[in-house]
Amino acid sequence: MPLAPDPTADLASYAHPERLVTTAWLAENIDTAGLAIVESNEDILLYDTGHIPGAIKVDWHTELNDPVVRDYVDGEAFAALMSRKGISRDDTIVLYGDKSNWWAAYALWVFTLFGHQDVRLLDGGRDAWIAQDRGLTRDIATRGTTDYPVVERNDSEIRAYKDEILPHLGKPLIDVRSPEEYTGERTHMPAYPEEGALRGGHIPTAKSIPWARAANDNGTFKSHDELRDLYVTQQGFDPGAEVITYCRIGERSSHTWFVMKYLLGFDSVKNYDGSWTEWGSAVRVPIQTGDTPGEAP
Amino acid sequence: MPEHPGNLPPTLAAIREEFLELDVPDRLQLLLEYSDSLPEVPEGTLDPEHWERVEECQSPVFIAVETRDAQVHILATAPAESPTTRGFASILVHGLHGLSAQEILDTPPDFPLQLGLQNAVSMLRLRGMSGMLWRIKRQVQEALAR
Repeated sequence: MPLAPDPTADLASYAHPERLVTTAWLAENIDTAGLAIVESNEDILLYDTGHIPGAIKVDWHTELNDPVVRDYVDGEAFAALMSRKGISRDDTIVLYGDKSNWWAAYALWVFTLFGHQDVRLLDGGRDAWIAQDRGLTRDIATRGTTDYPVVERNDSEIRAYKDEILPHLGKPLIDVRSPEEYTGERTHMPAYPEEGALRGGHIPTAKSIPWARAANDNGTFKSHDELRDLYVTQQGFDPGAEVITYCRIGERSSHTWFVMKYLLGFDSVKNYDGSWTEWGSAVRVPIQTGDTPGEAP
Repeated sequence: MPEHPGNLPPTLAAIREEFLELDVPDRLQLLLEYSDSLPEVPEGTLDPEHWERVEECQSPVFIAVETRDAQVHILATAPAESPTTRGFASILVHGLHGLSAQEILDTPPDFPLQLGLQNAVSMLRLRGMSGMLWRIKRQVQEALAR
């Protein structure tokens, strides 16, 4: 059975407060039946150095990706993964991770492709838990196994493919990478190695709104009013419009996808996971360099 | 994984065997053990300008090469929040410890790809380790030229 939402007043103004939990709520509910705590990090060993007691690890690289096709696992593999991890279809999943929850948001987005009903993020992620001295353990939790049903992935609602992008140009498109990646100066994040795409720049018409603008310095999400001011008032996005977000491989844009879909309640938000590693190397698609969005071709 | 380990010094060859005889999840645990055992470098051991940032790594990793009595000593620092990178640095610190300059220069550049971690760790990270190795070699080369 899903757990009741975190009633913390600070969360109440978000469009879907039930998608977020605070560290205090998690600490209180840590032993509640029906809760699965899942850590997903960029650094795949970080969980093993210490994690929230009871949390299990899901590795985006080896467990959510198909080993052969550049795609996510299929319904059967997902069911096998969840069964192996001891997660039931009606469990409440709380995801958290490093890097302001990039990979946790990415895992949440993938879990949502399979329609897992109740999947939430820990506001502030791993860093918030540690900053409050709530304690980590190296003990690997054993949840036993479950019989998670095979549910086919539904990409149509929240995932955009490359072929959908060209006809979308002119509608809201958000590039959440760093300004250096957006202009084309770099094909990778500052301080990260250069790799991933043949050309630098952005998809024509995409607005640059780096993901971090939705986060406070401590990694928690900005308030509803601040987010609304940024995306709706300043950038002029209509909550009823169809929005697509992208970054380099789709993990940072999952963060923004989460913000727009669940914190602001936009009707239609898709994440283009092919992102710049696909678009920046694709044949016969236009790119735009420099700091202006550019025109639809 | 490469069939031919190349000209691996015995220390690195032993580390390679240590990894390859495990299954993949245990290889990650071994990498964690290396991460835990990266020797601390006490503050003030080296002047700040001796540290070289490994730009190929996603996290702030610094290496330094010291040559004493014809032996090369590798120092490295990497943050606890980046255990994978720390593990790679630690493998090189332990594996290259006490080797001669020539032995280090002869180390095959694809050593990071010989540990059987390709399916467990992203290529980006393995490239980070390759970056550490070539920077170490370049520093050794520079020390020889002096």
